[in-house]
Amino acid sequence: MSTLTAPARTRRPRTPVPPPVRRARRRGSALALLAWATGILFFLPLAWMVLTSFHSEPAAATNPPSLVAPLTLDAYRTFFSAGGADGPWPPLINSMTAALCSTLLVLLLALPAAYALSLRPVRKWRDVMFFFLSTKMLPLVAGLLPVYLFASNSGLLDNIWLLVVLYTAMNLPIAVWMLQSFLAEIPVSVIEAAQIDGARLPTVLRRVIAPIAGPGMAATALICFIFSWNELLFALVLTGVRAETAPVFLTGFITSQGLFLAKVSAASLAISLPVLVAGFAAQDKLVQGLSLGAVK
Amino acid sequence: MPALVFLIVVTQLPFAATLVISLFDWNSLYPEDREFAGLSNFGTVVSTPELRDAVLTTAVLTAAVVLVSLGLGLAVALLLDRSFRGRALVRTMLIAPFLLVPVAAALLWKHMLLNPEYGLVNGVINALAGLFGVDDPPQPVWISEMPLIAVEAALIWQWTPFMMLILLAGLQSRPLDVIEAARIDGAGSWQIFRHITLPHLRRYLELGALLGSIFIVQNFDAVYTLTSGGLGTANLPYAIYQTFYKSHEYGLASAAGVLVVIGSIALATFALRVVSSLFSEEVSRG
Repeated sequence: MSTLTAPARTRRPRTPVPPPVRRARRRGSALALLAWATGILFFLPLAWMVLTSFHSEPAAATNPPSLVAPLTLDAYRTFFSAGGADGPWPPLINSMTAALCSTLLVLLLALPAAYALSLRPVRKWRDVMFFFLSTKMLPLVAGLLPVYLFASNSGLLDNIWLLVVLYTAMNLPIAVWMLQSFLAEIPVSVIEAAQIDGARLPTVLRRVIAPIAGPGMAATALICFIFSWNELLFALVLTGVRAETAPVFLTGFITSQGLFLAKVSAASLAISLPVLVAGFAAQDKLVQGLSLGAVK
Repeated sequence: MPALVFLIVVTQLPFAATLVISLFDWNSLYPEDREFAGLSNFGTVVSTPELRDAVLTTAVLTAAVVLVSLGLGLAVALLLDRSFRGRALVRTMLIAPFLLVPVAAALLWKHMLLNPEYGLVNGVINALAGLFGVDDPPQPVWISEMPLIAVEAALIWQWTPFMMLILLAGLQSRPLDVIEAARIDGAGSWQIFRHITLPHLRRYLELGALLGSIFIVQNFDAVYTLTSGGLGTANLPYAIYQTFYKSHEYGLASAAGVLVVIGSIALATFALRVVSSLFSEEVSRG
């Protein structure tokens, strides 16, 4: 934009644009248009879901689809007002508990580990890091059966705290990797300087490390939260009525037929909302986190 | 190292237990018949058509989704690498699929897009046909006619944004002076892409493929939601879930699990090599 307005402001005589530049500009706007089209194409299904969730059930189920049907909040009202076993609140609260508590636990366990691995030279720290990562590459499903047997023998089935422990284990390796890469960015000299000035460990942690590594910790927490919130397999097998999580609740719609389209949309969106909001707010951090800090 | 201890207890013990159980002939409906079976479970797994097919399905599903979303992701990342009006908004729209809860995304594809009677895809076909005066357009029943493609489409839609984000970060870390120099030397766009951009992106492509494979090999949500593993779409996680949760064949499920682990270790060995090259230039303080 600035390149277009700049000549006008300086009142330079308009010079003819050479043909190659003109061609490049035309190609540039064609590519921009293509980018817009791709963006809209990818967003369309989600937009459709939003629109459907504000339609009445009969209007949602028309073919060809209707864009002009009157909007209504009915679907959300039915979704949130359902009580008893169909109510959305117990699963939402369960998911919130599992995701928040396991994220807190992960940070609590991962911080000392990452601190040790990045700031204090530990012998063979690289091997330890790779061991952490390798546990992430083993498929969760292979450990499902023993966990199930353990849970059913010790009466922990349908208990949300079991999921908290499992989600903590699931996210711990990622968190250690991410935090390690963030903490490694702190120059050792800064910490040494603070120590020479007489700062003790708690002070160093609070005044030097926290400000620099804070955004990284937030990103780590966000990703752990998203993974815990989205997890289905363990929640499906290990919970039942009391500890049902939001994704398990959503599977109740798998076979719903016909006139529940608006309700399915409303429920899916309501349950995705925490992740959507958090993810949009922290787009850049998300990449850095998911690529384990390898992409800066 | 409390983290290390915790991790060993919670992740390694179950795998060890899986290994032990895989050696037993154990169906929980007949608990009295539990006996040591040696390696026979592995033989059964390999000769059971459902489980053997699941191995194949997993491989096809993972390869297709990773390759297509990587290719699409690269194309979109290249589009987004130039500056144009509304770029931030386009990027935000593009990552939306990745942020939807996986079950919700699968429900969206199952009910709102691919449903034969009122789904958007067939609805659009209908509307377009109406415009061109065709009365009776084809209305395919997507999920039962091409179930694996339906699952793949849903997963590609979710994972392309992820690949795009990683590759975009890679593109933006390109050394601009090198490109400038090449342009001055008369290199065309394609030559710059082929000889500078692509080599630079190699590690980012590898990282995307690696992380994508780890997540998609383990995918359960889409298979469970879209087809419930029917019509030849059961991948290994779903097959194991079914063997143990529905058929109560504990020994068999564990043997399949062990096979998954072996496969993953093969993948992971390769992967770790890639990752260590990724991190090799990081400052080492040890």
